[in-house]
Amino acid sequence: MIPEIGQFALILALVLVLVQGTLPLAGAARGIPAWMSLARRTAQSSFLFLALAFGCLLYSFIINDFSVLNVATNSNTHLPLHYRIAASWGSHEGSIMMWVLMLGMWSCAVSIFSRHLPEEVVARVLGVMGLVTTGLLLFMLLTSNPFERLFPVPLEGRDLNPLLQDPGMALHPPTLYMGYVGFSVAFAFAVAALLGGRLDATWARWSRPWTTLAWCFLTVGIMIGSWWAYYELGWGGWWFWDPVENASLLPWLIGTALIHSLAVTEKRGTFKIWTVLLAICAFSLSLLGTFLVRSGVLTSVHAFATDPRRGMFILVFLALVIGGSLVLFAFRAPRVGTAGTFKIVSRESSLLGNNILLTVACGTVLLGTLYPLFLDALNLGKISVGPPYFEAVFVPIMAVLVALMGIGPMARWKESSPRELRHKLRWPLLITIVCALALPLVLGRTEWKSVALLALGFGMAFWIITTLVAVVLERLHHLQGGFTDKLRRQPRSFWGMILAHLGVAVFIIGVTVVKGFEAERDVRMAPGDTVSVGGYTFKFVGIAETQEGPNYSASRGTFDLIKDDKLVRNLYPEKRIYFSHGMPMTEAAIDSGFLGDRYVSLGEEINDGKGSWSVRVYHKPFVTWIWLGCMLMTLGGIFALLDRRYRINMRKEAKLPLTGENDLSGSAR
Amino acid sequence: MKRAINSFFCVAIFCFLNAAPVWANEAIPTETDPVAQKRAMELAAKLRCLVCQNQSIAESDAELAVDLRQQVREQIAEGKSDKEIIKFMTDRYGDFVLYQPPVKGTTIFLWAGPLILLLLGLVGMFFLLRKHAGKAGEATVPLTDAERARAAALLRERSDSEV
Repeated sequence: MIPEIGQFALILALVLVLVQGTLPLAGAARGIPAWMSLARRTAQSSFLFLALAFGCLLYSFIINDFSVLNVATNSNTHLPLHYRIAASWGSHEGSIMMWVLMLGMWSCAVSIFSRHLPEEVVARVLGVMGLVTTGLLLFMLLTSNPFERLFPVPLEGRDLNPLLQDPGMALHPPTLYMGYVGFSVAFAFAVAALLGGRLDATWARWSRPWTTLAWCFLTVGIMIGSWWAYYELGWGGWWFWDPVENASLLPWLIGTALIHSLAVTEKRGTFKIWTVLLAICAFSLSLLGTFLVRSGVLTSVHAFATDPRRGMFILVFLALVIGGSLVLFAFRAPRVGTAGTFKIVSRESSLLGNNILLTVACGTVLLGTLYPLFLDALNLGKISVGPPYFEAVFVPIMAVLVALMGIGPMARWKESSPRELRHKLRWPLLITIVCALALPLVLGRTEWKSVALLALGFGMAFWIITTLVAVVLERLHHLQGGFTDKLRRQPRSFWGMILAHLGVAVFIIGVTVVKGFEAERDVRMAPGDTVSVGGYTFKFVGIAETQEGPNYSASRGTFDLIKDDKLVRNLYPEKRIYFSHGMPMTEAAIDSGFLGDRYVSLGEEINDGKGSWSVRVYHKPFVTWIWLGCMLMTLGGIFALLDRRYRINMRKEAKLPLTGENDLSGSAR
Repeated sequence: MKRAINSFFCVAIFCFLNAAPVWANEAIPTETDPVAQKRAMELAAKLRCLVCQNQSIAESDAELAVDLRQQVREQIAEGKSDKEIIKFMTDRYGDFVLYQPPVKGTTIFLWAGPLILLLLGLVGMFFLLRKHAGKAGEATVPLTDAERARAAALLRERSDSEV
């Protein structure tokens, strides 16, 4: 019964979003207020039905209703409650359900927090989002129904993939999808602006906070995914350039470009066309990522060819969304004048450089991700494109981008004198060069290649940090009053920029140090043996067979972590066998610290009669800085969102009946 | 490509000069020679475990990966160069086993692509900069009469509230 209610809720939601995607758009085009006013109501009520459907799915998982195919294939009576809940978005059907639910949530949020916007803009934005939701709901109902029944009903379900039975993996999809789907708001605002033919700076101001929020979610989502890979997969890597990871990096790169480009559009009125294009691209890449991950095309082009239903649907949908918006773009963009002039040395041009480099980086990752698929599809042979390729092409682009990152915030809008810029940047540059060259030597590196790589990494990080300090000092220099008072008077968006850029520096330090100084030992250990790595000694105490988990048994190793002959702590890595899969899973044990991690994971038991195991131990200095950097970037985004002007604008515009300076068209009423 | 291999050898040689065996009273490393071990790990990280889902043979604990790691070690012990080992692997498993695809006819766009993209970006940027720098006035769409009236009304409203 409950699954059927969910099914009906989905169908009702489909009807509602169909209305949401058509009448308000038509109303906005023909100036019919009654039709436009439908947008808010349909967005909110369709979200209610989507939430109801998701609730039904959740319920089916919680009560172990194995008559639902989705539950039977992805859950199990032994699975603990919290993973049964997480399992509801662990499968293909479930994650599409989650996608659509998030889309409904964003639409609903737009309908609530858009009181200050002109009615026709709201109608168009929600209308476009309604069309997107319609497409995805159709996809779900036609090809990936989460409520499909199964008969005869099995007594026991299969299990959730053991890799996903982990807090990190339970949180990763929702946050990532919030980010993916959040770009639909930026997309909808861009398309609405194109439809309305009023491509001015105001739409940039409206869509900016939404874009920033989506970007924050995406950053956190990627960070959780990377962290999960680090501790769960058991070999201490944090980014593998796997197509699935790349699929989330692509919209992040374009989203980052979009945030910067929106700033220029809002503040200077320039880059309008470019910003619209980026907004369309960011969401298109989110859809492409979903297609890549969900169609099965990544595992094998041929698997996709034998069951192309899902893949074809998304491909057609992708073509409609991208093609449709680009055709609209092609018709409307030429009518927009290129307003604003700026010189070659200016903040505009450095942000243009940022945009171009991020786009090129995105194109490169896209190329490397899709190339093997194309070769395979054309029967030109199978190749693998992995970390060596991506590092070789991605890092140089990022190095140039970081160089610009130091100059951009220092440059003035419109025109900056190169001499003044040189003057301001000479100290940061000097400090950067000295530190970047000295630090690898101080840390005991002498091989030229190692020194060069470390110097590059440290140089990038120090360049960002020193120029940020210079920017802050420069801002404060012109103000009166006490130091802390002056600091406090800076707007939050300024601190947002500082924090986010600092996050990039922290991230780079983490990557540089861990790449340059990580140590790894792959050893065979009998109880009592020790192995040293990175100044720490791991002593293997022994292994105990336990049945710890509700749905797995584990071999649990005990290690003493020793530094300077003193016991620091015990570490308990595990090797788990999940009953349902019989697949051995590694649970690494990590002693995590600000300056580095000590990491031990169990390999295989070696049958030598002494109870030996193959063991991998790692010393990963500064590895946590990688995720700390991501958190700082997110925090920067949050600071930008909390900026006073958003709240003031909202209040001010709410007071003016015709939304103040933003809406000059006057045709709405 | 050639340079990458050369520098790889340099690293290998330097590792050889720097490393000193330090495992007295310690666990038995699965590989006894630290230099060979380091070389083996670096090679293994570049080779794909063919039965796994996108893991290198250094990362995977699958049987094939363990075998191939062993294979790499044995060949290093036999004194084969990295190039020879990689050739052995590609002869056996094709280019699919390499994480860094070789430069050849079918991969030319893969390797040239980033450069082409960057050049396109720079050319685009050049034209944009010239366009923006070259224009004197701002090309704005003129306001319609209705818009002009509203703008005037809004300006009046603002000055009223400021008084």
